[in-house]
Amino acid sequence: MMVLRESIIMKIHYGTAIGALFLTVVHILMRLTQDFHESLQYENVIANYENIGYAVLLELLLILISVHGFNGLRVILLEMNQGPTYEKAVTIGCLIGMAALIAYGSRTIIMTSMGMV
Amino acid sequence: MATIHPKLSEELSQTVVSSTKSVKLKIKRSNPNVNSEQKFDDFVVPIEKWTTVLDALLDVKSHLDHSVGVRYSCRQASCGSCGMKINGKPALACFTKISELNSDSITVEPMDNYPVVRDLAVNMDRMISNHKKVMPYVIREDSEIDAESGIREFLQSPENVDKYIQFSSCIKCGLCNSACPTMAMDKTFVGPQALAQAYRYIADSRDKGKNKRLKVIDESHGIWRCHFAGSCSQVCPKGVDPAMGIQLLRGYLLGIRD
Ligand code: HEM
Ligand code: SF4
Ligand code: FES
Repeated sequence: MMVLRESIIMKIHYGTAIGALFLTVVHILMRLTQDFHESLQYENVIANYENIGYAVLLELLLILISVHGFNGLRVILLEMNQGPTYEKAVTIGCLIGMAALIAYGSRTIIMTSMGMV
Repeated sequence: MATIHPKLSEELSQTVVSSTKSVKLKIKRSNPNVNSEQKFDDFVVPIEKWTTVLDALLDVKSHLDHSVGVRYSCRQASCGSCGMKINGKPALACFTKISELNSDSITVEPMDNYPVVRDLAVNMDRMISNHKKVMPYVIREDSEIDAESGIREFLQSPENVDKYIQFSSCIKCGLCNSACPTMAMDKTFVGPQALAQAYRYIADSRDKGKNKRLKVIDESHGIWRCHFAGSCSQVCPKGVDPAMGIQLLRGYLLGIRD
């Protein structure tokens, strides 16, 4: 099933990979602003989410890794088995998984950053 | 005075009179048309320094077992017929000298990633049809035969030739496809042989078929399913580097070459 040309999908795959690598570095550097055990304390976690810049970073990381990860999974599954029905199911399944993960993660990020927990 | 070689009488009964060495040749036998049985048959064959694996197989066929199934033709690494797995590695039987294998026991099996026809002969339909799919010929509107001026030539500079010449050495032996891990998993993958040939024609300054060919390989079981294992280039007997061709082709699709 061809949703986009494969070269466009793979450009997205490499782009999201590089973007995610960069944001993961920023994400880890932010952890260095406090001791490791402190960064996992409930109040600090909530405070992180309430910092709007950090919430945007987390949201971007969520989107990049969901897109990259589910496309990566699609590639792996396409190589493990072939056939029109199977391939259609893989493509649709990965798109649904991607959308569901982004929706659920966004819900957490938005609710927490707006002080709803 | 010439001395009589002590083993002369013995040697006369062998196929190669001057041979003093022999190896055990283990040949994988199967005939999927009849049953699913697979076994190895062992033969002891005399060898010389120059004996190739194909020579040894033909020796077996001539003197020990006529029924061994093997495909060959040119015996000089030109026709691409005699690809097989020799001591575990894909190679041309006619281009592999037994003396260079440094082993007293040689195992020959059919190439991986192809259906076996019988014994060492495999069905190469998949490679041939993928090769055809990438349109392995110069595509352009005009021709070297011109109605008005007669015959003319499409000239190329040596630099233009350098861009593709190594890829034109491909003899379609299919060893690269048999070494490729993606070929083993994905039965619809286009494969390194066809991808290298897509590059060979796209990089040819006389060719105008770039977009047509890129379209063929830019699909879900096309070029992107290569993960650069590089085993294709390791086994090619003609010095073609399909793995590099694939990376150069990707350059066109990623917009970093034109
Ligand atoms: C969620 C799980 C993930 C899966 C299933 C996955 C899958 C894949 C696959 C299959 C490829 C190879 C693409 C190809 O060559 O056709 C790839 C490449 C890549 N991934 Fe991921 N990935 C995941 C997470 C990540 C993460 C978290 C990062 C970095 C933060 C990342 C960075 C990269 C990079 C840099 C490449 C390019 C290297 C290459 O093409 O081989 N990946 N990924
Ligand atoms: S690229 Fe090399 S290994 Fe592959 S078919 Fe051509 S000659 Fe054989
Ligand atoms: S017999 Fe022709 S390549 Fe070996």
